Amino acid sequence: MDRQRVNLDGFAVENAELGLIALRSPYDPEPGLTITDGRITELDGVPEQDFDSIDTFIARHGIDPSVAAEAMALPDVAFARLLTDPAVPRGEIIRLSAGATPAKLTRVLAVLKPHELGMAMAKLRSRRTPSNQAHVTNRLDDPLLLAADAATAAAFGFREIETTVPVLDDAPSNAVACLIGAAVASQGVLIQCSVEEAAELELGMRGLTSYAETVSLYGTEQVFTDGDDTPWSKAFLTSAYASRGMKMRVSSGAGAEVLMAGAERKSMLYLEARCVALARALGAQGVQNGGIDGASVAAAVPNGLRELMAENVMVMMRNLESCSGNDALMSESDMRRTSRTLPIVLAGSDFAFSGFGSIQRYDNMFGPSNFNAEDIDDFLAMQRDWGVDGGLRTVPPERLADVRREAAEACRAVYGYLGLADFTDEHVARAIDAAGSKDLGETDTLAVLTAAHAIRQRGLTVVDIVTALDECGYPDLAERTVAFLQARLGGDYLQTSAIFDEQLTVLSLVTDPNDYAGPGTGYEPAPERRREIDAIRQARGVEDLRESQARFAVPGLLRPAGAAAQGTDPRDVVIGVSPAVGRDVWRCLSGLAVPNVLREILAGLEEEGCVGRIVRFGDTVDLGQIGLAAARLSGSGIGIGLQGKGTALIHRRDLAPLANLELYSVAPTITPELYRLLGANAARHAKGATPDPARNPYSDEAIEARYHTTVIALMELERRRVDAAAGPETLVLS
Amino acid sequence: MTEARALSGKKVTELTVDAMRAGEIAVADLRIHPETLERQAQAAERHANPQLAENLRRAAELTSLPDDEVLAIYDALRPGRSIAAELTALAGSLADRGLPRCAALVAEAAEVYARRGLVRLPSGGTAPRTPR
Repeated sequence: MDRQRVNLDGFAVENAELGLIALRSPYDPEPGLTITDGRITELDGVPEQDFDSIDTFIARHGIDPSVAAEAMALPDVAFARLLTDPAVPRGEIIRLSAGATPAKLTRVLAVLKPHELGMAMAKLRSRRTPSNQAHVTNRLDDPLLLAADAATAAAFGFREIETTVPVLDDAPSNAVACLIGAAVASQGVLIQCSVEEAAELELGMRGLTSYAETVSLYGTEQVFTDGDDTPWSKAFLTSAYASRGMKMRVSSGAGAEVLMAGAERKSMLYLEARCVALARALGAQGVQNGGIDGASVAAAVPNGLRELMAENVMVMMRNLESCSGNDALMSESDMRRTSRTLPIVLAGSDFAFSGFGSIQRYDNMFGPSNFNAEDIDDFLAMQRDWGVDGGLRTVPPERLADVRREAAEACRAVYGYLGLADFTDEHVARAIDAAGSKDLGETDTLAVLTAAHAIRQRGLTVVDIVTALDECGYPDLAERTVAFLQARLGGDYLQTSAIFDEQLTVLSLVTDPNDYAGPGTGYEPAPERRREIDAIRQARGVEDLRESQARFAVPGLLRPAGAAAQGTDPRDVVIGVSPAVGRDVWRCLSGLAVPNVLREILAGLEEEGCVGRIVRFGDTVDLGQIGLAAARLSGSGIGIGLQGKGTALIHRRDLAPLANLELYSVAPTITPELYRLLGANAARHAKGATPDPARNPYSDEAIEARYHTTVIALMELERRRVDAAAGPETLVLS
Repeated sequence: MTEARALSGKKVTELTVDAMRAGEIAVADLRIHPETLERQAQAAERHANPQLAENLRRAAELTSLPDDEVLAIYDALRPGRSIAAELTALAGSLADRGLPRCAALVAEAAEVYARRGLVRLPSGGTAPRTPR
């Protein structure tokens, strides 16, 4: 048990002194609010003269005094019940929460059990349609790979792409590469390049990026100041982004203060409550939280995952966009990281991930995300299993190859046209095929740096990119990029929870408000989107199976040779086969060809001195019936039943249909040797000798998960061949 | 498409690939117009977020400042960068230039920074913080 991967994770003893406590610390303040002449003079136990900078900003800008008395007087449990009661509209929660202090919302959310957090999230998120964000980075800042990977991410359905750099100066190049790549696969994907605040703002000012989220808030004044900001500098920065028409959200989350040894003995949820109240006070439209860099700190303490989800719900209560974390690998255990993410995907968030690593783990320059490229098939299956929209869809391999090729080629063309860098054909080819930067071979990383410097020093803007795209034979991409610029200038995407859909329509709190009000209401994927969610590439139907079986067909190998007669020879053993064998079914679940299985059985019979006779029973698919009918037709009174899928048994003419002598039931694991033994044992039964006990091979694999759908389809092929009037028919095996 | 205009006054629909190729589009033609931000502020108010509205109105004011100055003000507001009097003076200058909301934000910072030790000391360091 010690070798289970979960034991690689760190688990901390709860310790309020260190801030290692999730929902409630004994040092958290009692919720409290005093208003004197319309001015907040006490906030959560702190009198005005002792307000630190965070208290001051929240007290002056973040709380609605007109509703404060009502909100603060609500008992915690009564308030918490409003969150989960479908009869209470979202707007009412938003109204009340505006008057609640950080300590008050902390207490209220600590009341909610996990499934109640899910109910609250479903009701309280701002945007009706859930969405998802991707991380697109690589170790080399390779532009062609970034472009190809951005195209991949956009093709999968991510509506925001966040990139960053291992080498700070590469930032402009990364922004350009992602801008081009994403546009290949979809209109309106928002692009972010997460770097130092001023540098990030500059990229936005040039139209190379379209949103920002790495504007960090902290729950204590000391850590906030150590982060080289104050609430006022962040408020100004928030306005600066909006003034350049850029969407922006702030970033916070449990554990950051603990890691910076500045938690001041407060619970993680309370410190985060201060961040979220501050986010609203600043005028930011949204918050990225739910742990983020500190997710594994929260996960190390009791109730940690509950705390992470409560952070997201708190953002929603403050009427803000939730970008719901899940962006840091919080466990070595696949089960734990799934357990951390699943409730949020089920409830639905504005962004289920504030960075699903759509690239290889090793290429994620934010560090591995909780879900990564290798998990996309799992995620798509989870969406489908639960019938929920996590924002992603299956992409056919040909489409992936197409968009990656166009992205890498367009990126190379633009870099060449603008004199930024020249990339070889081989580099383009490798970037298209690469799973990650390790597949690129040796690249010239200095060329990237040179390109980035050139973009910065020459002051290149999106206008230059558009011109280059058009000049290089990508007029559609140029038009697409311009349409996006035009749409952004309308400003609608500065509203809470805004994304562009693929038709460049803004979906936000304003244009696509969440209307969940209990069962039968709220977001439901449109039929076309439902089909996308359902149609994972691994899904197979009966016709798919018919085609794959037909590939193994050998015409004439099992020839009908007239009605089968009653046997009289005591060595005669009939091998009864099911209706579709040798017609539509040619290969067993084990991968063995049906004729080869029959040869093994015949050989086993022969070894023990019996003679096998193959007979099709076309009137039933039931193996017990087939075996029994075979036994009754045999001269020996012993028969063998074989279904096309490979399940086999030995029967005797005087037994009930279900009471066979030997059953070889786990068809996928039956070997040629076992089929031979089956034949030999049938012969021994016929002779009255002692059979050699056959042991069904057992497996610890999810055999049923692997084969049940195929079994169902195979049985359907058999059923379609059933003819109630068909008598036993002799088959000759060539 | 909306009737929006860019900061330069150009209609959004005039931003075309051809215009860009002809060199007729400058960065000011890609920038959001303050009236657009005001319209968005009104929408934010209608959707129960007066703080977002205030932010968008501060942003509308900031559209009149060049990028460098915006970045310089941001830097001045970071901890330990300015003495209170500098912030007060900055607030005054912003108010004089028709940015009253930004001015109020900076003036408030001047007051709180002085009290909380977030101003720059003449020696260049940051004042010791008042323990809570």
